[in-house]
Amino acid sequence: MSSAKFSIIGQPLPKIDAWAKVTGDTKYADDLVLPRMAFAKLLRSSAPHALITRIDTTCARQLPGVYAVITGADLPPVKFGILPVSQDEEALCRTKVRMVGDAVAAVAAVDEETADRATELIEIEYQPLRALMSIEESLAHPEVRIHEYGDGPNVHKNVALQFGDVEAAFATSALVREDVFFFEGNTHSPMEQHAAVAHFGPDEKLTLWSSTQTPHYVHRLLAKILDMPAAHIRVIAAAVGGGFGGKLDPFAHEIAACKLSQVTGRPVKITLTREEVFYVHRGRHPVLMWLKTGFTRDGDITGSHIKTWLDGGAYGSYGVASTFYTGVINPVTYKMPVYKFEGARVFTNKPPCGPKRGHGTPQPRFALECQLDKAAEQLGLDPAEMRRRILHEPFTKTANHLTVTTIGLGECIDKVVEASGWREKRRRFGHTRPGRGSRRRGVGIGCSAYMTGAGTAIYWNSMPHSGVIIRADRSGGVAVLCGATDIGQGSDSILAYLPAEILGLAPADIRVHPADTDLTPVDLGSYSSRVTLMCGMAAIQASTRLRAAIFKAVAKKLAVHEEMLVARDRKVGVADDWDKALPFAEAVALAESMHGVLAFPGSYAPPKRAGKYKGGGVGPSPCYSYSACVVDLSVDEETGEIILHDVWVAHDIGRALNPLLVEGQVEGSIYMGIGEALMEGQVFRKGLHKQPSMLDYKSPTTLDTPNIHTILVETDDPEGPFGAKEAGQGPLLPVIPAIANAIYHAIGVRFDEVPISPDLILKGLELKRQGKTARIGPERIPLFTFKEPLVVESAFGQPAEAIAERPFH
Amino acid sequence: MKRRVTLRVNGEPHDLLVPVHKTLLEVLREDLRLTGTKHGCELGECGTCTVLLDGVPVLSCLALTVDLEGRAIKTVEGMADGSRLHPLQQAFAELGAAQCGYCTPGILLTAEALLAEIPAPSRDEIREALAGNLCRCTGYTKILESVELAALRMSAPPARLAGERSR
Repeated sequence: MSSAKFSIIGQPLPKIDAWAKVTGDTKYADDLVLPRMAFAKLLRSSAPHALITRIDTTCARQLPGVYAVITGADLPPVKFGILPVSQDEEALCRTKVRMVGDAVAAVAAVDEETADRATELIEIEYQPLRALMSIEESLAHPEVRIHEYGDGPNVHKNVALQFGDVEAAFATSALVREDVFFFEGNTHSPMEQHAAVAHFGPDEKLTLWSSTQTPHYVHRLLAKILDMPAAHIRVIAAAVGGGFGGKLDPFAHEIAACKLSQVTGRPVKITLTREEVFYVHRGRHPVLMWLKTGFTRDGDITGSHIKTWLDGGAYGSYGVASTFYTGVINPVTYKMPVYKFEGARVFTNKPPCGPKRGHGTPQPRFALECQLDKAAEQLGLDPAEMRRRILHEPFTKTANHLTVTTIGLGECIDKVVEASGWREKRRRFGHTRPGRGSRRRGVGIGCSAYMTGAGTAIYWNSMPHSGVIIRADRSGGVAVLCGATDIGQGSDSILAYLPAEILGLAPADIRVHPADTDLTPVDLGSYSSRVTLMCGMAAIQASTRLRAAIFKAVAKKLAVHEEMLVARDRKVGVADDWDKALPFAEAVALAESMHGVLAFPGSYAPPKRAGKYKGGGVGPSPCYSYSACVVDLSVDEETGEIILHDVWVAHDIGRALNPLLVEGQVEGSIYMGIGEALMEGQVFRKGLHKQPSMLDYKSPTTLDTPNIHTILVETDDPEGPFGAKEAGQGPLLPVIPAIANAIYHAIGVRFDEVPISPDLILKGLELKRQGKTARIGPERIPLFTFKEPLVVESAFGQPAEAIAERPFH
Repeated sequence: MKRRVTLRVNGEPHDLLVPVHKTLLEVLREDLRLTGTKHGCELGECGTCTVLLDGVPVLSCLALTVDLEGRAIKTVEGMADGSRLHPLQQAFAELGAAQCGYCTPGILLTAEALLAEIPAPSRDEIREALAGNLCRCTGYTKILESVELAALRMSAPPARLAGERSR
């Protein structure tokens, strides 16, 4: 893939904010200090499920240094939630708490210590309700209700979709497998604890600086929660110290800071403790899965049926979307002519789950890729070759009406197979081969697909998903304004690279002003791997319009046709007569004289491709990224230790706008996948998080992270900016099943659940020694009746519409 | 109760009157406004708040300020020589070792102490030295590569520096 025709695109350039980040200059929310600023703390519930019978803040108010104490009674009586269909949260609970960690009161004081002491002086009494701590418990006790809404007692969402006749497909299959899998919940644990600074000014306008991935949604919801006009609220995303989906909801601490600022007339800062971050959560759902798939003798999939049960925790959050995502993305990878999906999200008295890197898709991906490994073994096929044969066709639709554009998965598989020495290692290693000492070595493979941006917004609207304003003036300076939020992935840099490429400038010549709801056009937020594609397309449109205005003025000055002009090396001119090319600032001055103020908008909304059925809005994306992963590891059969040697991921990125940043996303995804596969678990006991600290919640260190090999595959997707697709989430998905499959190869024990800890390895080996089924995983599925499925004709194999309707173009 | 203490921070003396329970982290961030030092847990678990105390990495969230009379403290703000970045800072920026950047100051300082002790560390030695610094973004790969690049440049004759990528 040649990038010779570009000057910026494809170059491994440093991020535009790299220098600030290595010098400590970057300002995160907790680094902000305003004059007269007060410090806030929340009082959080110690009961997992209870009615609040009394709350008395008198003593707390009397503590010297306390400026204000508020409870739910001080806020407008509205409930909120990120999804319009799940308005079930209160910033400060009024009458009922649903989890340990629910906020019930907030204090603003002269310093953090005083605020903390004041929260201890708040008198609160609870009348305990039965705490429902698992899917089984919540379903077994319909008389206890965590919420009064949903699709049944303690059932938040119940969905069933069928595309074609799966039973008929199974009946004609050479092999039909039914497997049950469990994926434990885990959390984002960004290094930065959430923080916010609110300032309700004397002009009665509110400004909130927050470590948020989605200033726009926070803006919208603050207006509702505080009962203020949105036009009087300004939300600015401060530099975000890691998100991974954990800073995508509006949070109690943000709302409390705003209200406390209003009450005290002071700026108010609040910073969560690490323990609070664990309870705030919104991370990976624990999901129990039943997966039935039919195969031909050659390994073709005849049909697939998945049932998923999500342990949602105490609130809706993004849960309806999460539920759909456990079902809708699996079909975009392999040919799956017919497909059925049944899913349910169940409320429990635990911190709510939500979107974490891969949002709802790593769990079913784990199930599918492990099942494929078992099927390949039964059919006597090489698991890499089997996958290679059954890839989804490019530019066709899936059974569930998703449009696949380019697909580079075949090349990805080839690359990891080659780079890892797969064939030779499959032969040489494995549990059927003699090993040395107590260590057994194995290799495993997994593949995956992920969206490049959700095709629909969280609230229904027909406005742009991302907007950019580019402005230039006689100084030659170019400013890019966009609501996108850089959470470390480099979206600010993308907003410099693309305009620089189009205008013939260097990224350093562009000033990027992001994520400020007063100044920047709306961008929906940093989620669903949407930012590079959507703000990138908007930036291209805006930059192209600016360039056209400049070209028009320069063409007049040089007496040439506009089409002859090029912009490069900070000049504008005719390529064949470059001596006469004008310096960029001069060209801009001419354009400013001709057109007046130079400010151009760019807008982007995804092509309208949602399936014409209820629920068809979740899953469509402009394009899908693909990844293949091979893991090489050893298992110590005496200690149960799993030693990762090497991980290879080949990722179909469409086009690497900056290979350095893409590699960084792939490496980070692999790392996070390793954590989820081997150690990370957000687990609870008696209503309490078992390990709400970074010491006890194990995550991989430098010593646990193996050699990582990233291979980029470019497919130049017609939907992406310069052909680019996503990189931030997809590459996490194949790592987890590849590890489980490699462990099976090494020791002959199937792990149908994660995380796979050393004690489980020993347990599995013991089962194997006793001649029992060498498998660790769930044994049964809940007694549960899914909805009658919505039956829709399978769209499998239909050609993608040649020209999809794309708004604003 | 407050006590008087003199700290040498990034080469500058600071006479401070601090409550006896205040940690170095709090004094650096809140009293000296050196917010380059970050915090991830304030319990000594994540390594984010690492600073150098007489050249040795310490967790500033666990260090009591009043114990540090006369000691030399280096934070990320003290790494550059004027506007000339430390080779580690330069390498981290060039190779994309800072994604969200929040763990970066603590890792840079830990690596600086490593290179002072072992100028040409092996990858395993770098892994060992940085094992107490958690990073959730990078998968550590580009961090390890950056430390290696900085070590190479610091040991190379000055002519090699001409190969540095410009901003």
